[in-house]
Amino acid sequence: MTSLPETSSGKKLGLVIDLDTCVGCHACAVSCKEWNTTGYSAPLTDQNPYGADAAGVWLNRVHSYEVSPGTQGSGGMTVNFPRSCLHCEEPACVTVCPTGASYKRAGDGIVLVNPDTCIGCKLCSWACPYGAREYDDDHGVMKKCTLCVDRIYNENLEPEDRQPACVRACPPGARHFGDLGDPESDVSTLVRERGGYDLMPGLGYRPVNKYLPPRERRAATDSGPLELEPADVAAAAAGDGMFRWLDRVLSR
Amino acid sequence: MAERRVSGEPKVETSPRIADEVKCTTCYMCACRCGIKVYLKDGTVRYIEGNRDHPVNKGALCAKGSAGIMQQYSPARLRNPLMRVGPRGSGEFKEITWEEALSTAAGWLGEVRARDPRKLAFFTGRDQSQALTGWWASRFGTPNHAAHGGFCSVNMAAAGLYTIGGSFWEFGEPDWNRTRYFLMFGVAEDHDSNPIKIGLGKLKQRGAKFVSVNPVRSGYSAIADEWIGIRPGTDGLLVFALIHELLRAGKIDLDYLVRYTNAPWLIIDDPGAADDGLFARDEAGNPLAWDRETGAAVNAKLPDITPAFHGEYTLADGRKATPSFSRLVERYSSKDYAPEAVAERVGITAATIKRIAAELAQAAFEEEIVLDIPWTDWAGRRHEKTIGRPVAMHAMRGISAHSNGFHTCRAIHILQLLLGSIDCPGGFRYKPPFPKPIPPGLKPSDQVGPGQPLGGPPLGFPTGPEDLLVDEDGTPRRIDKAFSWEAPIAAHGMMHMVITNAAKRDPYGIDVLFMYMANMSWNSSMSVSSVLRSLTETDPKTGDYVIPKFIYADAFFSETVPYADLILPDTTYLERWDCISLLDRPICEADGPGDSIRQPVVQPDRNVRPFQDVLIDLGARIGLPGFVKEDGGAKYPGGYADYLVNHERAPGIGSLAGWRGEDGESHGRGKPNAKQLETYVENQCFWHLKLPESQRFFRHANKEYLEWAVSFGLIGHADQIVMQIYSEPMQKFRLAAQGHGERQPPERDRARVETYFDPLPIWYAPLEDAGVETEAFQFHAVTQRPMAMYHSWGSQNAWLRQIHGANRLYMSRAMGIRLGIGEDDWVWVTSAHGKVRGQVRLMDGVNENTVWTWNAIGKRAGAWNLAPDSPEATKGFLLNHLISELLPERGGGYRYSNSDPVTGQAAWYDLRVKVERIAPADARASAPVFAALDRLPGLEPPPEILRFGEQFKDKSKGGA
Amino acid sequence: MHPAYSVLLFTTFSGAGYGLMILLCLFAVAGAIPADPVMGAIGFGLSFAMVTFGLASSAFHLGHPERAWRAVTQWRSSWLSREGVMALITYVPAGLFAMGWVFVEDTSGVWALFGVAAAVGALATVYCTGMIYQSLKTIRQWHNDWVTSVYVLLAVATGALWFNALVIAFGEGRSLFTWLSIAALSLAMVAKFGYWHSIDTAKAPRDTGHATGLGRLGTVRQWEPAHTQTNYVQREMGFRVARKHAQKLRIYALLAGFIVPLVLCLAVAAVANGPAAAILAFLAAAVAMFGMLIERWLFFAEAQHVAALYYGADSA
Ligand SMILES: Nc1nc2c(c(=O)[nH]1)N[C@H]1C(S)=C(S)[C@@H](COP(=O)(O)OP(=O)(O)OC[C@H]3O[C@@H](n4cnc5c(=O)[nH]c(N)nc54)[C@H](O)[C@@H]3O)O[C@H]1N2
Ligand SMILES: Nc1nc2c(c(=O)[nH]1)N[C@H]1C(S)=C(S)[C@@H](COP(=O)(O)OP(=O)(O)OC[C@H]3O[C@@H](n4cnc5c(=O)[nH]c(N)nc54)[C@H](O)[C@@H]3O)O[C@H]1N2
Ligand code: SF4
Ligand code: SF4
Ligand code: SF4
Ligand code: SF4
Ligand code: SF4
Ligand SMILES: [Mo]
Repeated sequence: MTSLPETSSGKKLGLVIDLDTCVGCHACAVSCKEWNTTGYSAPLTDQNPYGADAAGVWLNRVHSYEVSPGTQGSGGMTVNFPRSCLHCEEPACVTVCPTGASYKRAGDGIVLVNPDTCIGCKLCSWACPYGAREYDDDHGVMKKCTLCVDRIYNENLEPEDRQPACVRACPPGARHFGDLGDPESDVSTLVRERGGYDLMPGLGYRPVNKYLPPRERRAATDSGPLELEPADVAAAAAGDGMFRWLDRVLSR
Repeated sequence: MAERRVSGEPKVETSPRIADEVKCTTCYMCACRCGIKVYLKDGTVRYIEGNRDHPVNKGALCAKGSAGIMQQYSPARLRNPLMRVGPRGSGEFKEITWEEALSTAAGWLGEVRARDPRKLAFFTGRDQSQALTGWWASRFGTPNHAAHGGFCSVNMAAAGLYTIGGSFWEFGEPDWNRTRYFLMFGVAEDHDSNPIKIGLGKLKQRGAKFVSVNPVRSGYSAIADEWIGIRPGTDGLLVFALIHELLRAGKIDLDYLVRYTNAPWLIIDDPGAADDGLFARDEAGNPLAWDRETGAAVNAKLPDITPAFHGEYTLADGRKATPSFSRLVERYSSKDYAPEAVAERVGITAATIKRIAAELAQAAFEEEIVLDIPWTDWAGRRHEKTIGRPVAMHAMRGISAHSNGFHTCRAIHILQLLLGSIDCPGGFRYKPPFPKPIPPGLKPSDQVGPGQPLGGPPLGFPTGPEDLLVDEDGTPRRIDKAFSWEAPIAAHGMMHMVITNAAKRDPYGIDVLFMYMANMSWNSSMSVSSVLRSLTETDPKTGDYVIPKFIYADAFFSETVPYADLILPDTTYLERWDCISLLDRPICEADGPGDSIRQPVVQPDRNVRPFQDVLIDLGARIGLPGFVKEDGGAKYPGGYADYLVNHERAPGIGSLAGWRGEDGESHGRGKPNAKQLETYVENQCFWHLKLPESQRFFRHANKEYLEWAVSFGLIGHADQIVMQIYSEPMQKFRLAAQGHGERQPPERDRARVETYFDPLPIWYAPLEDAGVETEAFQFHAVTQRPMAMYHSWGSQNAWLRQIHGANRLYMSRAMGIRLGIGEDDWVWVTSAHGKVRGQVRLMDGVNENTVWTWNAIGKRAGAWNLAPDSPEATKGFLLNHLISELLPERGGGYRYSNSDPVTGQAAWYDLRVKVERIAPADARASAPVFAALDRLPGLEPPPEILRFGEQFKDKSKGGA
Repeated sequence: MHPAYSVLLFTTFSGAGYGLMILLCLFAVAGAIPADPVMGAIGFGLSFAMVTFGLASSAFHLGHPERAWRAVTQWRSSWLSREGVMALITYVPAGLFAMGWVFVEDTSGVWALFGVAAAVGALATVYCTGMIYQSLKTIRQWHNDWVTSVYVLLAVATGALWFNALVIAFGEGRSLFTWLSIAALSLAMVAKFGYWHSIDTAKAPRDTGHATGLGRLGTVRQWEPAHTQTNYVQREMGFRVARKHAQKLRIYALLAGFIVPLVLCLAVAAVANGPAAAILAFLAAAVAMFGMLIERWLFFAEAQHVAALYYGADSA
């Protein structure tokens, strides 16, 4: 199982994260924690939760970066950046796993850890370029985003709620879930239209999750004028401060 | 989505049972009041989810909302009523029974009421039961009541209510679905947190332009199409320059102004006269306009007249008058407000200001929206289309928390009016019960006498000096000095001044301080140490505390608890009934009104009681009218739930608008319905009404809407609400200062009132600037709300505190380089008032003259049942230590409060500081350091490891 | 990368143990040393002890040591699993060979086959260990062709030092063995230099702009971390050693791991035999082991994981 599935259904479930819309509110991170600490990965332990060095297991974390103006003349921006497992197509986190606890599901491409067979050797976390695996010291096993496998097929949930907790919670709708293996799916369309990209493609992990880049900041609206024309050039020049356009007859 | 199982792969239970039970209620991890569904398993909260059907959040849930579980199971929850046994601040308490607690409180309160009710100061903080607490105060008979609005955003509320009859805050919202251009001033998070995020998401999807004016480029500003990194406190100048540009170009919606505003109303031009600058009125009191058709002054409220917008006209009495609009034009077309003239002070280039003005005009006038929605105006004229100017604005504490915020906010509203974009498609839209008459008809009430209730509500909206609460000699009647000459339209009171004033017995001493849900001895006071001094100060003669008795209701071990004498421990929000009422701060949407409740979804496992129950119980014990029956028995023996259903504020009007009447069929008005709460519970704990399309726009002048609002009890009459560009109440105060009328300010306040009560918006530098060397104190220092933390109470939350366990002082990278301050350096931040030590983080996206930090992350060691060496205490810091409640002495030795001179809004963001690097060896921790608080009686040491969720695991595996 | 002591001990001791095993087997099979049962018992005892101590200490590193057996199941894809498999397999011929030597006092014939198999197994195990690291694309300093060579050469070199000490102690020392130690150590040193040179001169390392894909918009810096306290990923993957400190440690590693043992070996070569030689040879082995621990610590500490880029590391 540690070997990648030989046949794949072609289905590649994953997330599309819109960096142009993410306000960095951490809603996705906390709802992920909340769902998963009582779900498949229960518990996501918190060490020293009320002490000096609180450190818990989270499957999704939201970073913020600043981009200083580059040579291409972009104006500089602040970009919020949620990060979780990308459910890679060539996930070394799976192939390095000595026990088979880490595996990629053939049916939908979700990368999971079997908490009953993981020995906690941590090698998979070394193999993940995206920092997406978090070790639960108390539990002695590795934990990671499950793509909410216990939600997306869950018949105890309303059909429209069968989506990951993080997507369900995200207030501005910056997270999208779907089948990236289906070129016609909403998420695939979004990726095409917005130039969705892979993180560190050079490493060859072929992430399924995609990021939509922040749009170029618009100083001026595309067609907008740069300055208003004075309405009444003569009056303005005379500096009398009163405007003739005020003489329009207006009915209340 | 169907799952394809592949043999050989481990079996995963993909359809586990999630809960035994799901209960709807309303979130209270912040004041946004989203609808939530609480999943319960074995009686424990397992999962909280945003309610899709709820009008506020439509399914979304923020970080705090999800973390509600950790609040519910926080180790900082109070467990028993407490009575202080050691000195204040020592944290020495004994646990007492509720009977002891209630009889003690009733004893103290009853005695005060019988003697001098205003000797009780009853102030509430993050409260959403103001309809109850305000009423309780008025029944008690003390004018000394308010909630936190005075330190929060009364500038926004007052400026809005005196200008457009609605306001920013959560009283209105941009038309997220239609606006093309959204201009946001000084918002980091706001009360409408989820709606704003949802709205911004919609803007992004539609590609509308979003411009954020904010000294800091984070959060919402980070995703803005354009970030305007303004210098704090100068937004008024920016807005004036925008108005200047629009005037210069004639890009003004005159049709809107003529119909909906007082722009054409004539102003008496008779310097020195007692009515100079007031509206010229006819005998019936109607304002006049100059009708160009007939060449005469006519009732300005009549339809179909053709009023003049400029010029000088002669009134019947021979005096001169000019349309108010010409005053506006005169003021803002002045060269003083040309973009070039303000650019340097606001820190934005003139070209940018001009471009924004051009873009606003372009969006408003070239991208007009026409909806096929017929509507009828106040005069009964039918309009086939609803026409909108798709420019919307929103502003909050970046504007309001400055001492010039009232005027700046009014300027923003006027800018919207000039563009014709209030309550139109694509513009800023009211949420019912707004719009209200300008200003709303309530007036603040004063004490009547011992044992007597007030004649009206403690808070209201003065329209002239006659409405102030002052003695003959001008001495304030209220402990916080609200509605005095110092802050005449302090419509939300001035909670930030209560403790300081009471300790100085200025204007008088009080006997009982009663507070609820406000962390006054930490993050919600300016100058923490002086507030602590005030709370512990003793009278040298008697040895008693100067504030003799302090009753406090909190649910958690906050920094304030150790300073109170009697602690009434509250439940959590998941353990009680609550009501988000139309009488208070409702959850309405632009499309229609709504209200909601909280129901107890879990039972308390501690000896705690809902504060509302306690308040009602106390009301009955001390025999407050309205809380006892004629026979003296409790009127609401069933506590708050009983009150919610049965209390009527006016006939047919109660706390909840939905499902009224004996049959539960009427909404708005109707007799109490015994099954009302059950019906709310059946309906997911909220009620929401969508108005017909014809009542969704121009509601200030929409006949159908206005008539409906009257029938519904939202407003008293269906007259058009004419928006007030020129504010007559302001001029009335100014005239008094100029020596007119019976009630005039004392000499000390005259010049101040005259200056700040300008009927058209003015700009002045934040007041602190006048008191400090701005060269030396080179930086403006402000705070922002972190999205994943709510004031002080988020830090007890095991999940949220991992995200924000400590705060930094953020400074511009360029400035850091100039001052030799590097990333992670420790610095002293010094104001004219105090010093704090913190650690620096450099960033590009901040105005160079500004430093800032996250609000309320710093904690006092030991509080909230956190380990004393927690980062909140060792690295976190508050800017509050740097802020003074009082401005430096003026002539005569008087010190005004550090507030807006019009509204009394606390001027948190006027702060000026300098920043100095500390050699690395000399600092490892934040300062100032206060003695660590000891754990309160009854609280257990917090766990060292948290395995929340483990309890559900085996069961879910068993497959259910 | 965080240098966990369990892993440092594991690779150092198992490396030396396997190195010793290889030399014991090969020289015995070749008949270069007599099948002295005491020497065999002590030699293999030492080898097994080091290997087993190493493996055991690596088990400390596991969250669930009781499930360690599962680690041999994924040999088709996992170098760690392969290492486990090889380690276990190697015990069999090595044990048999040791028995033949100690109890039958025979290292030829079938026994020789076991010896060769054990030597191959040991070599393969060490190779797998190296490949665990070398195969990780996430760490530039490990995903480097020198890594496995260094692992193998160091295992052989440290093994050779122990072997040399052992045979001298039993009076079986030969200059060949000493010179072999010197040669192996020198080769390993060359490889280590090659490694250091290679990681120091790598072409532009990745930065946060690469990690986030935002680099094309400008220079990317961490502004707000995802959380204010540290987490597992930061502690495990974000460990950084200051350049100056690393340089110092490289010198210590060089001295203790190579120079001092080489000098001691030269002294052994000069003394040739007898108790003085034995003491010097043991000293060489012991000092080298200490040097190896420093070298291993640096191997981890200088390794920069790309995931740290999300947490504010400026390069990886
Ligand atoms: N420097 C600076 N200071 C500021 C501000 C700023 O921007 N900068 N902002 C100001 C503003 S706008 C505000 S509104 C204030 C907010 O300040 P506060 O109103 O003081 O808000 P909190 O700190 O959340 O404190 C509320 C108290 O309510 C308690 N509490 C929480 N839940 C419950 C409950 O269910 N029942 C009861 N009885 N108590 C409960 C908490 O334990 C806490 O003690 O801070 C002000 N202070
Ligand atoms: N998550 C969360 N949500 C909250 C709260 C919370 O504590 N946490 N508190 C609630 C409360 S009580 C309140 S009052 C609201 C307040 O909600 P906001 O109004 O969003 O409050 P602040 O965080 O004070 O944000 C003020 C913003 O104004 C900017 N600013 C400061 N000075 C100026 C200025 O002169 N001009 C301009 N243009 N901008 C300026 C600051 O950089 C900051 O971004 O939030 C409510 N919502
Ligand atoms: S992101 Fe990391 S953990 Fe997830 S599949 Fe890719 S390599 Fe594995
Ligand atoms: S930690 Fe667990 S999942 Fe990761 S590689 Fe080791 S055994 Fe596999
Ligand atoms: S998909 Fe589920 S597990 Fe993954 S980040 Fe989102 S909420 Fe967390
Ligand atoms: S919930 Fe959405 S907006 Fe908030 S941090 Fe996550 S992705 Fe960004
Ligand atoms: S914004 Fe968040 S915390 Fe506030 S009420 Fe809504 S879900 Fe709760
Ligand atoms: Mo507030």
